[in-house]
Formats: sequence, structure tokens, C-alpha cells
Amino acid sequence: MIAEMGQLALLLALGVALVQGSVPIVGAARNRAAWMSLARPAAQTQCLLVVLSFACLTASFVQNDFSVLYVAQNSNSALPLAYRVAAVWGGHEGSLLLWILMLSGWTVAVANFSRHLPAPFIARILGVMGWISVGFLLFTLITSNPFERLLPAAADGRDLNPLLQDPGMVIHPPMLYMGYVGFSVAFAFAIAALIGGNLDATWARWTRPWTTAAWCFLTIGIALGSWWAYYELGWGGWWFWDPVENSSFMPWLVGTALIHSLAVTEKRGAFKAWTVLLAIMAFSLSLLGTFLVRSGVLTSVHAFATDPRRGLFILALLVVAIGGSLALYAWRAPKVGVGSRFELVSRESMLLGNNVMLVVAMGTVLLGTLYPLVLDALGLGKISVGPPYFDNVFVPIMTPIIFLMGVAPLARWRETALPDLARRLRWAAGLTVIAALLTGWLAGRISPLATLGFGMAWWIVFSLATDLLERLRPAEGRSVGARVRMVPRAMVGMMVAHLGIATFAFGVSMVNTFGIERDLKMKPGDRTEMAGYVFTYRGVRDVQGPNYIAAQGLVEVTRDGRAVATMKPEKRVYRVQQNPMTEAAIDTGFTRDLYVSLGEAVEGGAWIVRVYFKPFVVWIWGGCVLMALGGALAASDRRYRGARREATTGAGMARATAGAS
Amino acid sequence: MKLRYLLPLALFVLLASFLAAGLKLNPREVPSPLIGKPAPAFALPRLDDAAQTMRRDDLLGKVWVLNVWASWCAPCREEHPHIVALARSQPAPVIGLNYKDQRDAAQTWLARLGNPYAASVSDADGRVAIDFGVYGVPETFVIDKKGVIRFKHTGPVTADIVEKRIKPLLKELDV
Repeated sequence: MIAEMGQLALLLALGVALVQGSVPIVGAARNRAAWMSLARPAAQTQCLLVVLSFACLTASFVQNDFSVLYVAQNSNSALPLAYRVAAVWGGHEGSLLLWILMLSGWTVAVANFSRHLPAPFIARILGVMGWISVGFLLFTLITSNPFERLLPAAADGRDLNPLLQDPGMVIHPPMLYMGYVGFSVAFAFAIAALIGGNLDATWARWTRPWTTAAWCFLTIGIALGSWWAYYELGWGGWWFWDPVENSSFMPWLVGTALIHSLAVTEKRGAFKAWTVLLAIMAFSLSLLGTFLVRSGVLTSVHAFATDPRRGLFILALLVVAIGGSLALYAWRAPKVGVGSRFELVSRESMLLGNNVMLVVAMGTVLLGTLYPLVLDALGLGKISVGPPYFDNVFVPIMTPIIFLMGVAPLARWRETALPDLARRLRWAAGLTVIAALLTGWLAGRISPLATLGFGMAWWIVFSLATDLLERLRPAEGRSVGARVRMVPRAMVGMMVAHLGIATFAFGVSMVNTFGIERDLKMKPGDRTEMAGYVFTYRGVRDVQGPNYIAAQGLVEVTRDGRAVATMKPEKRVYRVQQNPMTEAAIDTGFTRDLYVSLGEAVEGGAWIVRVYFKPFVVWIWGGCVLMALGGALAASDRRYRGARREATTGAGMARATAGAS
Repeated sequence: MKLRYLLPLALFVLLASFLAAGLKLNPREVPSPLIGKPAPAFALPRLDDAAQTMRRDDLLGKVWVLNVWASWCAPCREEHPHIVALARSQPAPVIGLNYKDQRDAAQTWLARLGNPYAASVSDADGRVAIDFGVYGVPETFVIDKKGVIRFKHTGPVTADIVEKRIKPLLKELDV
């Protein structure tokens, strides 16, 4: 009964989405206020219905209703409650429902927080988002209905994929989807502006906080996925250039470019067509990511989500959404003005340079991800492009990006003098070289690649410091405290986010160059020593979990004779699905992680044990958190709220004038 | 209309056509090094009677189909009707390799859904499956009279694969 209610709610949501997609847009074209005003209530109703539907599916999971096929496939009566709830998005159908839930949530957020926008504009935005919703609701209802019944009901479920039975995996998909779907807002703003012909600085200012917010979620989502891969897959790696990871990284790269391009469009009115294109691209790549993950055209470690039959529908959706919006772009963008001029050396040109490089980076990831597919489509055989390709192409692309990242914030808009810039940054440049070499020396070895990495990290830090000092240097009799208060929050956000990149680059360089990995055959009592830590293997015992049995190893770690940690890596076998799972034991520290995971049992009571030393590995995710924090600061800048107040008073004044005349 | 504004659209059309072509391809269709080679030897207990052992050489002189399945595998359930149809529509025996499964669960599964297999053997620890290069359940092999592997399919078979690939091959191998 509950499942049928969920299904009905979803069908009704489709009806409402159709209304939301059509009536307000026609109303905006014909200037009918009543038709346009339908957008908000439609968005709210649709959201309510989707929430209801999602709640129904969750209830089916909580109650162990194995007469629902999706529940039977992804849950089990022995599964703990928290994972039964998380299992809602553990499979394809539920992930889609989550996608739709997020979309309707973002739509309502736009509807409620954009009261200051002109009625035709908001009508078009909500209309476009309505159409996206129609597409995904149709996809769900036609090819991937989560409420399908299984009659007779299964006695018990097939259990949630053990890989997903993990706290990190509970929040990773929602965060990632919040990011993916969040770019639909920027997309809708862009399409609405293309239709309405009001692409200007105001449009950019309205779009900015939404884009930054979506980008924050995506950043956190990707970081969580990487962290999960690190501790759950048992290989100690944090990024595998896997197609699924790539498809979340591509929108991130373009989203990063979009954030910066929007800044230029808002401040200088330049790059309008380019910004719109980026907004379309960011969301298109989110859709493409969904296609790649869901259609099964690429094999990946995440292949549990694949189904070729659904591919065709997503491809059709992709062609309509992306093809349609790019056609609209080709038709309308030439009419957009070019904005104010700028010189070759200026903040605009540097931001444009970084923009282009980020898009090139995205292109190389796209190429590496799709290359195997393209070769296969051309009948040239099956190959796999692994991390070597990405590692080789990525460093040369990131180096100029990071260099410009340090320079651009100090450059002036429109035109800046190169000698002046060089003079202001000479201290930063010198300190960077010294610090990079010193870091390598302190870590024990100076290697070219690591020095480059440290150089990037320190360059960001020192150029940021230069920027900050110039801003805070007392001038015109103002105290430092007053100057601090004058730095806008968006600027602080930018600095924090850039510091996040530095932290990230530092962590990556440390782990890649100074990490130690050892796979050993160990018998109880065996020991190994790395980076001053002594790992003593004490043996393996059997333990019982709620829905699994495990072999639990015991490894004691000491340093200079003092106990540092007792590590208990596990090799689990989940009862229902029977596949073995590695549960690594990790001792996390600010400057290093100790990582132990169990491999296979070998003869004579010995085990293959993987012992890793990972210096500064948490800085990788710490950097991501800083980036997201910076984004959150920037998105919550008073200026965007101030703009609303301004707009309201503006409208009030307009009314007052109209009343007076 | 300026051409450069059409460029993104053109690139996307190119990309979409590759994706469309990619949809028709099957990433699971990995060429098996075992095709054309003799099937690995095995001696495994039968699922219905653990006391009886079945060997590869028992099947010499026959064209037969090996289907790797397990009761815990959802795609096996999906392909099950096609395996039943295959077993009924032609004389070649379909032998089931019950992969890393529990005897009771496997027999209940067969009793509930119908048993298409001339015989199933129980590969509890998956050793034989490793010899056959199995990397996902289900997989389906066609083996000729001399014991040589002639065809392999990874993932659930579809009606299309049964009708267009497996049955013509069985006929060709002269059942």
C-alpha cells in the first residue's frame, strides 16, 4: 500500500512538473502575470509530492517490505537500521529518486529565496527546472521504477552491497548529487537569461551564490568519495581515475571555471557568452556523468550500478537537454554584447587564461574517460587508459593554473603593469623556492616532482600572504583592525579556498613522494619497521558482526618503544552476498596516517598484510574541506543579500514613482 | 549566426554519436583467451547428489553449454527464462556451474524457478570458475565435442544472444 502511494505521488509530481515547465514559460512569453505566478506554487507542490514519494520508499525499507523488488534487491532484515535508510539510494532506482528529490529541493530553494527577481525571469528559471524534473521523472517511471512489486514477496532481501555499508558511503551520494543537481540552478539561470535576453552583470550576481553553493556540495561529495575509496577499498589509494570518479571531477573543473568567469561577468560585464556556455557545460557534464554511471557504456569498479537498457533513455534525455541548450546558445549568444574591454595583461585575461586551462583539464579527463569507448566504437579494440595517462597530462596543465592563481588576485582589472606585478610578487617567488626546497630536505629527499608540488603549495600561500598584506597595510590613517573589517567576506572566501588548494597540493606531493607501501607475508610475532614505526603482527581471530563474519587481525604499533596504536584490520564476509570485504585499520594523525589492511590468508597461519605509511594524507581531504568552506563564505557574502535589499527598495521606489506620476 | 557559436553544438553531436555507438557495444564482451582452447579439466560433486562426481571428460563427444550461476545472483534470475528456453529448444545439455553457493539455497532456487540444467555441479570455493576465467556471475560457455571452448558470454544472456549466437553455433557444431 505504501509503495503504491509512493508511486502515485511520483506520477502526480510528473503532472505538476509538466505544468511547472510549460505554463510559466508561456506566461513569460505572453506577459501574463497569473500564468507566471503559477511557477512558485507548482515548484512547492512538486517538491511535497517527491518528498512524500521518497518517504514511502524509505518506509518500505525501514519496514523490510520485501514485496517491493527494489527493497528485496538492496536490503536485508539483518541490515542495521541506519543502513536500511541509506540503502534507499544504494541502487539505481533509489539514486534516481534521490536525484529528483534534490532537484525539487533546489527548485523550491530558488522559488523561495529569489523573491526579488523579476517575475518573467523567475518564471523561466522554474520552468526550465520543471523540464529537467519531467525528464528525470519520466526516466524513473518508465525504466527504473523503485516501487515495482515482487510477487510473491521474497523471504529476505539480497542485502545492500557490502561496499556501501559504511558511514562515508551513507552521505557521499547525497552530497555529490547536491552538487550535480545544484548546477541545474546555474543552468536554469543561463537558459532563462538566453530566452529572455537579459544576460548582464545583474544576472551574474544572481547566479553566483547558487553556483558557489552547488560547487561546495560537489567538492565535499568528491572528497567523501575519495576518502571512502581510501579506507574502504583497502589499497590505500585516494584517487583512481575511475570513470565514475572522473564523471564527478569534470563538472567540478567546469564549475570552478564558471565561478571565476561569473566573477568577471559581474564585475566587468565581460565573457558573457563564455560564462553562459560554462553554465551549460557544468550541468551537461553532470548529466553526462549520470549517463556514464548509469548506462553501462564504461566498465568501472563502480559497475554495480550499470544497466545497458536504460542507456538509450538517458542518451535521449542528454541529446534533448544538452543539444537543445547548445542550439539555443548558438542562436542567442551572438546577440549578447561583448562587455567592457580589457588589456592583455589584466585580471580579466588571467582569469580567462585559468578558465581555458580548467576547461582543457576537463577535456583531457573527458578524453581519457571516453577514449576507450571511442576506440571500441571505431572497432579498434578494447583498451583501458589508466592513471599513467592522467598523471602525465595533469601535472603540466595544473602548473600554469596554480601559477596564475597566485598572480591573478593581485592584478588589477582592465589593465595591469607586468613590471609592477613582478615587483610586488618578488618576495613571494623567492620564499616559494626556498620553502619548497626546504620542505623536501626536511622530508628527507629532494625530488623534482615533489619540489614542483611543494612549490605550487607554497606559491599559493606566499602570494596570498602578499595580497593580504597589501590589503591590510595601514593607509589613509585607518587602523589595521578597520582594514581587516573592510575585506569583504567573498574575498576571505576566495583566500580560504585557495589555501585549500595549497593544502591539497601539499598533501598529494607528500603522499606520492614520501609514502611507503609494503605488502608482507606475516606470521604471528613478525614485525616490520617503516619511518620509525615498528609494526608487530599478533595474529588473526574470528569475530561476528550483525550481518557478516570477519577475520580480525591485530597489529601493534610502537615508536621508540612506546605504544602508538593497536590496529585491527578486518576481512569481512557478508552473509548474504558472500563477497569478501576489506576493512582497513587506519591510525589518522595530523602529519601521517598508519594504514594496515589484511590481504589473503596463506599457508601456515600466515597472512599477507599490507602496511602503509602515508604522510600528510589527511591534508588532501582537509584541503577539500577548506575549499568548500571558502565557497560557503563567498556564497554567504552580504553583497548578495544586500543586492536583494537594494532590489526591493528599487522596486519600492519604482512603485512610488509610478504612484506619484 | 556566427560559426564559432555553433562549435559547442557540433562537438556535442560528435560526442553523442560516439555515446550512441557505445551503447550498442558491450563492455562485458571481453575477448576470452580461452576461446579455441580446451576447457579446463574439473571434477566436481553434483549439486543434487554430492556423492556423485562429474568430470569434464564425461562430456567428451557432446556439444554442451556451461552456465555459471548462483542463487545469490540477481542477473542469473534475469537470464533464467532464457536458459530454460535454451535447454528446452535443442538437444545439447546445459550444465550449471553453481558458483560459491550454498547447497540448500541453490536447490531451493532451482525448485522455485525451474531447473533447466541437465546437471549442476557445485563449485563451492570457486576454483573451477577461476580456471574458466570467470569474472562475474553469470557467464555462459559453449564447448564442442572435443572439449574446446567455442564461445563465451559474460553477464546475463538475452533472448537475442540465445537466438542469434548460441543456437546457430550449437547447430553448426552439429549436435
